[in-house]
Amino acid sequence: MSAPRSSATRRPRSDGRLAFWLVGPALLVLGVIIGYPVISSIVRSLFGDGIGESPFVGFDNYARALWGFGAPEFWRSVGITYLFAGVTIVLETVIGMLMALVMNQAFRGRGLLRASVLVPWAIPTAVAAVLWKWAFDPAGIINALTGSTIIWTGSEVPSIVAIIIADTWKTSPFIALLILAGLQVVPDEIYEAAKIDGANAWQRFWRVTVPLIRPAIAVAVVFRLLDALRMYDLPQIFTQGANGTATLSILAVQSTLSQLKPGYGGALSTLTFVVIFITAFVFVRLLGFDAVSRAERQRGER
Amino acid sequence: MTAPRARLKRRASRIGLGVAVAVMVLFCLLPFYWMLVSSLKDARDIFDNSLIPLEPTLVNYAAVLGSQNSFVLALRNSGIIAGSVTVFALLFGVTASYAIARLQFRGKNVVLALFLATSMFPGVAILTPLFQLFANLGWIDTFQAMIIPDISFSLPLGVWILTSFFRAMPWELEAAALVDGCTRGQAFRRVILPLAVPGVFTTAILVFISAWNEFMIANSMSQTSASQPVTVAIAQFSGISQFDKPYGSQMAAGVLVTVPLIVLVLVFQRRIISGLTAGGVK
Repeated sequence: MSAPRSSATRRPRSDGRLAFWLVGPALLVLGVIIGYPVISSIVRSLFGDGIGESPFVGFDNYARALWGFGAPEFWRSVGITYLFAGVTIVLETVIGMLMALVMNQAFRGRGLLRASVLVPWAIPTAVAAVLWKWAFDPAGIINALTGSTIIWTGSEVPSIVAIIIADTWKTSPFIALLILAGLQVVPDEIYEAAKIDGANAWQRFWRVTVPLIRPAIAVAVVFRLLDALRMYDLPQIFTQGANGTATLSILAVQSTLSQLKPGYGGALSTLTFVVIFITAFVFVRLLGFDAVSRAERQRGER
Repeated sequence: MTAPRARLKRRASRIGLGVAVAVMVLFCLLPFYWMLVSSLKDARDIFDNSLIPLEPTLVNYAAVLGSQNSFVLALRNSGIIAGSVTVFALLFGVTASYAIARLQFRGKNVVLALFLATSMFPGVAILTPLFQLFANLGWIDTFQAMIIPDISFSLPLGVWILTSFFRAMPWELEAAALVDGCTRGQAFRRVILPLAVPGVFTTAILVFISAWNEFMIANSMSQTSASQPVTVAIAQFSGISQFDKPYGSQMAAGVLVTVPLIVLVLVFQRRIISGLTAGGVK
């Protein structure tokens, strides 16, 4: 694979102009649809929430969320958001990886298996949430099957467990599909070679498969992280954010829409962004997700 | 290793695979099966927890497909919206990620980080200003008011998946095509794109499903049934058909919404697997 490249195949130094025209349209769409609203929401967060004219208050809304009146609520939200994200991502990555490895095997009916695996992901979140909410009802199917009498959405721990189960079921297929796609670009020859060299299945998995599909895993996990830290629908439909399940997104929506405080809500949205940004940054660094720079370096060395 | 032992081992691994497949199918489909069972129940039997519907009834489906919900129209609208989103997101995504993966230009990491950063804001921060913008343009209750935001929601994921795919493609193939007299565009279309087909179809399936299931933006932008997608139509059941327990009809609608996606995946899943990469470069 890594045959030395002759000078004829070396690429020109810079393709700036072509790159501009290829990347430009996508960035333009994002700038208008995400950039503009985000900036106006940040600007709005610097103004107060009163009746009539809203006065400029600087960073008062932020101070209120971070150490003022709203601080207990805000930090509790940060905690529960991280708890949901951490637990669901670990579970979903393990399950998704196992699913992808099975789906990657050759056997009859593989297409049917792939379609069934995507069913949980394909059901609209709102519908899936209603399904699970009724399944977790005290008189619902979960209690009937397990013979328990837990009031799932009535107190903190059961609510959290129920939301994690529902989310894991719903989203593992997303990770599975992305890892499966990553497995597809690993040439069979590499496994054959490792097999001939005497590597057992466990070694082949950790030493050959995982390093090769690391970019695919990283993309899947990073995007899951961004989505999980913005989790809204499931806790909203299960408990309306009660029992300590109010995630950061629920808090932001409640403040902006239900309590009609767009300034404070805007500050909460911006803080959510900051929390996610820092987490994603640390995560990308920790995981050594430098698929980009590593590829660049290798190219530079040649 | 002697022959019988090898055969034994092969049989053991086949059984293991069979068990794994069975567990996966049960994990994924049991809740869906329960959804199907629930959709066939009368409102009275909602807490009847028998695993097969004792008195199956189609009242919920009749309620969903009845004229007052205009559910069929909503299915069509969802198809138009999700279809357009998939086409445009792939077009923008493929070109942008080809540039990021294959061209040399400054600020590449900044561009990738920017794509990622747009997925970091809670939707509610985007919703209100966007609604005002589209209201000023007179776009409320039009398809583009949902298509364009959905494109921008799916572009970051699309660009990142496709970039990792294009990057994994062997450089030697493209170089060889260039040496053989292809232009760079031809080399991309004839050599790189066919190899990246699994990535492109994976992206297409994920984008289509997320656009098909988008609710927040659609709920604000679509005001009449002329533009309403299915997710919004389902949410409105509670107000129209059965005040107390819309559960049955929501489950029926859920089944009706999910089945087209299953068919779509069955048709296109073959493309997720590529027979080309094996042996592409030797």
